Amino acid sequence: MEAKQYIGEGWKHAILIIGAIVVMLPFYMMVSMSLKSQQEIQSISGGLIGAQETQTFPVCVKTGYSEETCTMKPYQYNYWFAFEKAPIPRYLMNGVIVTLSIFIIQVLVALPCAYALAKLRFYGREFVFSMVLFCLLIPVHGIALPLYVMLAQAGLVDTYSALILPWTISVFGIFLMRQFFMTVPDELIDAARMDGMGEYAIVWKVMLPTAIPALLAFAIFSVVAHWNDYFWPRMVITGNRDLFTPPLGIREFRGGIDSDEFGPMMASIVTVTVPLIVAFIIAQKRFIEGITLTGMK
Amino acid sequence: MGTISLKNISKSFGSTQVLNNLNVDINDGEFLTLVGPSGCGKSTLLRIIAGLEQQTSGDVLIDNKNVNRVRASERDLAMVFQSYALYPHLTVRRNLETPLRLRDYNAFERLPLIGNFSPSKKDKTESINQLVNKTSETLKISELLDRKPGQLSGGQRQRVALGRAMVREPVAFLMDEPLSNLDAALRVHMRSELSELHNSLKTTFVYVTHDQAEALTMSSRMAVMIDGNLLQLDTPQEVYDNPSSLSVAQFVGSPKINIFKGTADSSGTVSFLNVNLKRKSSESNTDLHIGIRPEHLEITNESNENTFSGTVAYRENLGSDIFFHVNIEDGSNKIIVRGLPQFTNQISNGSNVNIKRVSDKALLFSEAGMRVQFTNA
Repeated sequence: MEAKQYIGEGWKHAILIIGAIVVMLPFYMMVSMSLKSQQEIQSISGGLIGAQETQTFPVCVKTGYSEETCTMKPYQYNYWFAFEKAPIPRYLMNGVIVTLSIFIIQVLVALPCAYALAKLRFYGREFVFSMVLFCLLIPVHGIALPLYVMLAQAGLVDTYSALILPWTISVFGIFLMRQFFMTVPDELIDAARMDGMGEYAIVWKVMLPTAIPALLAFAIFSVVAHWNDYFWPRMVITGNRDLFTPPLGIREFRGGIDSDEFGPMMASIVTVTVPLIVAFIIAQKRFIEGITLTGMK
Repeated sequence: MGTISLKNISKSFGSTQVLNNLNVDINDGEFLTLVGPSGCGKSTLLRIIAGLEQQTSGDVLIDNKNVNRVRASERDLAMVFQSYALYPHLTVRRNLETPLRLRDYNAFERLPLIGNFSPSKKDKTESINQLVNKTSETLKISELLDRKPGQLSGGQRQRVALGRAMVREPVAFLMDEPLSNLDAALRVHMRSELSELHNSLKTTFVYVTHDQAEALTMSSRMAVMIDGNLLQLDTPQEVYDNPSSLSVAQFVGSPKINIFKGTADSSGTVSFLNVNLKRKSSESNTDLHIGIRPEHLEITNESNENTFSGTVAYRENLGSDIFFHVNIEDGSNKIIVRGLPQFTNQISNGSNVNIKRVSDKALLFSEAGMRVQFTNA
């Protein structure tokens, strides 16, 4: 490669590195703060992990633990206290239950809908599809109140149903899968029909396996959106702490009698974020591999 | 048994008439080719036979049973598609098994895991395996069984698609341009393989193609369709020698038949250019089209009242034959003449040549394109 080209590449990388730093910095702060003591956080000292001096933590003592129990290194304290103060595993489990239920039901609804809209000929198909597009335009917050009132009338506030039901029909999912199904050749479907498959069997045994890449893309949108959702759980989970999702759980560390203690708070945020990042890294490999339609032509 | 009858089949998409009152009787064990230019409705007709498309009116009978209301999967037909349409996520073995699993296993046995508890499933699996092995041996794809379609070449995919159709031992095979995605050499090779397969299976084949060469080489009978109409249904030789209309004559045969404008006088004598035909037309006092195939014209040294002359515009050498594209002197026609290499090697582009006819080979068509017979023929 010529020297000139190196310079050109260098510019691109410099810009990309700056972008990466901007994106990564909050994560760096989060991890760093989850390891340091309160004094180090407030005085912005100690670098990434701080001095890690063994000390006694006053908030811990105030909460009612013995001084002996409350004496440890800051990183130990932050994570230990986060789990002591709030039932984080429970929140994580709620998060998993809610996001997985939402995603599975969304797929159960979206795939047959998308298949019908893409491949079946029926009267009013274009109208139905235009309604799907129309629904894409409705902001969630606009219909939050009527949804809440309906759930309240049905007596579902403070239940898993309230967290899951409103999201089970994803018009975005229907739209995305429909666009993908349009690219699947009709002959494949005809072949399945000749082999004796019914329409539902075609959806699950032929369309679903070919649609894995699109489905993964949708999974990432859906899971990230609902795992991180704060607005809706905050509305429909009013009292029952057992139903808190991770974002609601983080709120436990804000304010209150013991003032803002950032160490345990950041520790809990790290715990909540890590599952998503791990899931994304695993899914990324499948993204690239993805079953393609190369067997078709 | 595998007879298929189509009675008064019509099909329209909205206001577009695609098929026009077609009647076809396909005999048991026959290799019938539906041939015609793209958009003539031949694929639609095949899909109607398959049950993938519903005809607007008319009846489809398979083994003398009306199947208008029978679903595609229950008609016991197998179809091979142009793009092969193999399941991309399944291995070749599973691709071949799929139609059998759907036919033989009941709903319970098809369930994952718990389906294995059904007592009868083991025997069925055994027979499915045997059928798959037998078919893959016939088609020489045994060593491909564990691959996915994406890892196969075009010819191999073609065989697997054939295999998937064969395992079920259907009453008839429907093939929708199965060779058109293969390269030229493989296509010619697969033609003979398909013919052999048909001979050994002795099952009815209905084969759709736009390639008249495939129709001529493989079929026991061919149905020529143009613009949704069935123009002629006969053996390939008969269609070639005795086309029922000008469109059929022009469609079948490569290079295309030469068409001259001519007239028949009051006595029925046909003349075109400076030539008179010996035989007399059954219609007199009319304009005619005279069709002569390239192999029925010869380049000659003679010059008399039975020859006409022109300039060679282009010389197409195929090795075994040379086709000369000749501009006729009066400028009205551009015709194609076949020459044998040993006699015509010297002739190059731009030379003047005399052309004579092989007698008794001309075909007459009326102004409207219908066939006109000779009186004494």
